Amino acid sequence: MSATAEPTLSRDDHRLSSWRGVVRQYDYHWTVYKRTWKSSIVSSFLSPLLYVLAMGVLLGGFVHVGAARLGGAPSYLAFIVPGLIAAQAMQTAVFETTYPVMGALKWHKSFWAQLASPLEARDLANAMLAFTLFRVGSTCGVYFLVMSPFGVFGTWWGPVAAWPATMLVGMTFATWTFAFSAFVEGPDSFGLIFRLGLIPLFLFSGSFFPISNLGPVLEWVARLTPLWHGVNLTRMLCLGHLDWPTAAINVAVLVVLLVAGWRTAVRSLTRRTAL
Amino acid sequence: MSAPAVPAGSPLRPWEGTRLLVLRNYVTYRRQWKLFATGFLEPVFYLFSIGIGVGKLIHAFELNGHSIPYAEFVAPGMLAASAFNGALLDSTFNVFFKLKYEKLYDQMLATPLTTSDVARGEIIWGQLRGASYSVAFLLVMWALGLVHSWWAVLALPATLLIGFAFSAVCMGLTTWMTSWQDFEKITLVQLPMFLFSGTFFPVSRFHGVLRWVVECTPLYRGVVLCRELTTGALSWESGVSVVYLVVMGLIGLVVVRRRLDILLLT
Amino acid sequence: MIHARDLRKSFTDKAGHVVEAVRGIDIDVRRGEAFGFLGPNGAGKSSTMRMIAAVSPVSGGELRILGRDPAEHGPAIRSRLGVCPQEDTLDNELNVFDNLYIYGRYFGIPKREVRERAEELLEFVQLTDKRSAKVEGLSGGMKRRLTIARSLINRPEILLLDEPTTGLDPQARHILWDRLFRLKQQGVTLVITTHYMDEAEQLCDRLVVMDRGVIAAEGSPLELIRAHSTREVSELRFPVGDHEATAEKVADLGERVEVLPDRILVYSDDGEHVLEQVHDRGLRPIATLVRRSTLEDVFLRLTGRTLVD
Ligand SMILES: Nc1ncnc2c1ncn2[C@@H]1O[C@H](COP(=O)(O)OP(=O)(O)O)[C@@H](O)[C@H]1O
Ligand SMILES: [Mg+2]
Repeated sequence: MSATAEPTLSRDDHRLSSWRGVVRQYDYHWTVYKRTWKSSIVSSFLSPLLYVLAMGVLLGGFVHVGAARLGGAPSYLAFIVPGLIAAQAMQTAVFETTYPVMGALKWHKSFWAQLASPLEARDLANAMLAFTLFRVGSTCGVYFLVMSPFGVFGTWWGPVAAWPATMLVGMTFATWTFAFSAFVEGPDSFGLIFRLGLIPLFLFSGSFFPISNLGPVLEWVARLTPLWHGVNLTRMLCLGHLDWPTAAINVAVLVVLLVAGWRTAVRSLTRRTAL
Repeated sequence: MSAPAVPAGSPLRPWEGTRLLVLRNYVTYRRQWKLFATGFLEPVFYLFSIGIGVGKLIHAFELNGHSIPYAEFVAPGMLAASAFNGALLDSTFNVFFKLKYEKLYDQMLATPLTTSDVARGEIIWGQLRGASYSVAFLLVMWALGLVHSWWAVLALPATLLIGFAFSAVCMGLTTWMTSWQDFEKITLVQLPMFLFSGTFFPVSRFHGVLRWVVECTPLYRGVVLCRELTTGALSWESGVSVVYLVVMGLIGLVVVRRRLDILLLT
Repeated sequence: MIHARDLRKSFTDKAGHVVEAVRGIDIDVRRGEAFGFLGPNGAGKSSTMRMIAAVSPVSGGELRILGRDPAEHGPAIRSRLGVCPQEDTLDNELNVFDNLYIYGRYFGIPKREVRERAEELLEFVQLTDKRSAKVEGLSGGMKRRLTIARSLINRPEILLLDEPTTGLDPQARHILWDRLFRLKQQGVTLVITTHYMDEAEQLCDRLVVMDRGVIAAEGSPLELIRAHSTREVSELRFPVGDHEATAEKVADLGERVEVLPDRILVYSDDGEHVLEQVHDRGLRPIATLVRRSTLEDVFLRLTGRTLVD
């Protein structure tokens, strides 16, 4: 049996560039988003505003302490809003990289379909993370816009600079959560992640009160969490009291975690899908 | 040879069916014990964060003529809210999943179980889970020195009452749901209730009609009941709350039975 | 088009055991032919197909698709393959048309062209009237046809079909066979796995019989039957429990006798003649059937087991 005139590959002989890998999935994510954006309004836009109203405005009316005890914020509302936006970035990012990833692997199996095309695991992870960036960016962007008339920001450029900071926080969580979701067998552990990860971070990373209220030991624990770095950075920018060395540390920690998280995410999905 | 006649009436004694359903839930839950064990942590986290962390920024509140620290004010709110959240989760998401996706009830009703057994069983199961969380939370409160009255013991049945009232009504509502999208509406009601029912700040923050509306919501009644019990500052408001929640639960139960009959016995 | 030597695939399961799914197979698939993998569940067909589809890393041996190594040129190879996996991977969240459209975009095909091709393919698989339907509501046969349409969106040179008709009703199977036959006429190279011998006989020019990760035989359906079976088979059904004892009494009537749980098969070149002799010996089967040999018989011969159990 001779292999007569074996056809060989000529066109498209190389791997896709990362950029093209993501762009080819644009239609997919856009089509899905057009169908689902309505149902994300409550969780993305309404819930955070309710927290601002309940905690910032109504409960905040009972807070009568000086700016010194509120990280330099003139009011409790001004203190809590940047914290809540940074926390919202984390939550949006985590939600977009838990059930959707499990769905793509196990329920609607879109990852497996995509892998039969020229796309690779790296491209799938990148596209999903790019979509998450879009969700975090739009959610936080709207949040900043809605809050701007209420005089909670120290300068006009504060929120403008804080916006990319919240995206940085969001993506740090998105990459690590993605890596975790691609690693675990089923969705059972998500409940635990929310309860033992998300909620404590949300409540104790300085969003609602200065972490110095936690006492010296727990204060240091809180400083070690990525969300605190995000909250601190966002708050400093929003209030316009920038402590440059602290801000540099905040940014550095988040960037290092983001890069490491992204590599882990790609490796995790590659391993999961190479059967 | 004629087949032996089927004995008249249900072969199961009235509470037997309910017990079976509770048992079934217990067996499935056992596999997820981690989820079960961590369930009570959420209100505790809120208590530490808002009650103690934010509490350091807030002066004492006035309650029925007494002055109490903020943490003592928030803790019973979290107790009631956790009973409320737990009941809601069990009777909406979980019931919907069993009703529409697992078709669990269809399968159960093919046996001698009746729709009443199903409704009672689900609610009692939710109550058992909720009660264990409430006990744990009350112990945490006690350990933190947030309880000053023996009336606090009655806060446990109070949370059961809250759980019962919400389970019954929400299960009824769940029978009308058609898709997961409908749960956005649940969140739309749940979150405002959680945040504005006097849980984190006194109802005096609201004025006029708004205050009146808040005082008429079921979770506010539950919060008031729990708060008066754990602080020992009892008033007629607690009596109103008890009657309100009992009536609400009974109405819910009737609706659930009707609806399940319509949905499942066609 | 496809060239494999001593191809191997092993998995490590959760308990840490190594499962050898494919244990050294040699295959050569030529342009334009329909090549089949026939074998029971667990034979290693899907594992082989997934390696050929360049989505599953090769554990050992050599594999060349379109002259290239899938480990190095995966994306380039996949851009010229069509894959219809054993389990549908259609996106339930999208409608029928969008499933095709979005999949086409993954190949970098321009929007207008994907739309045109999607419409053509819907026509080809007779799903045009389901264009905007949700995938969830489609029947098994429709889903399969949609998966095939999707696998054709990039005009592939090789189409891989893993058990394309398993679980379908007879009518749906025939529609599918017809479509696959047309593709073959258009010059598409088909690689098909199946555990139905009639399917293999209908569709494949050449096939390999796979069992427990190795190739048991290779050739065209006719060649295989000729080499490993007789012309005809007489099936005899006796009352329950008598089979072993009865088998001995008919053992000399054909070239070979197989005892199955529910019947006895006697292999010979003249089945009617065998039946006459059975009656002459005073044996009274409750049912009899004379038929031509099929690939099922080849498989039984080679492995001692039936294909579908
Ligand atoms: N992902 C996997 N992990 C572990 N074992 C697997 C995996 N996929 C297949 N196997 C095992 O490999 C063997 C061959 O499977 P498969 O290739 O699916 O056979 P077929 O498609 O012929 O039914 C089976 O024993 C199966 O259990
Ligand atoms: Mg298979």
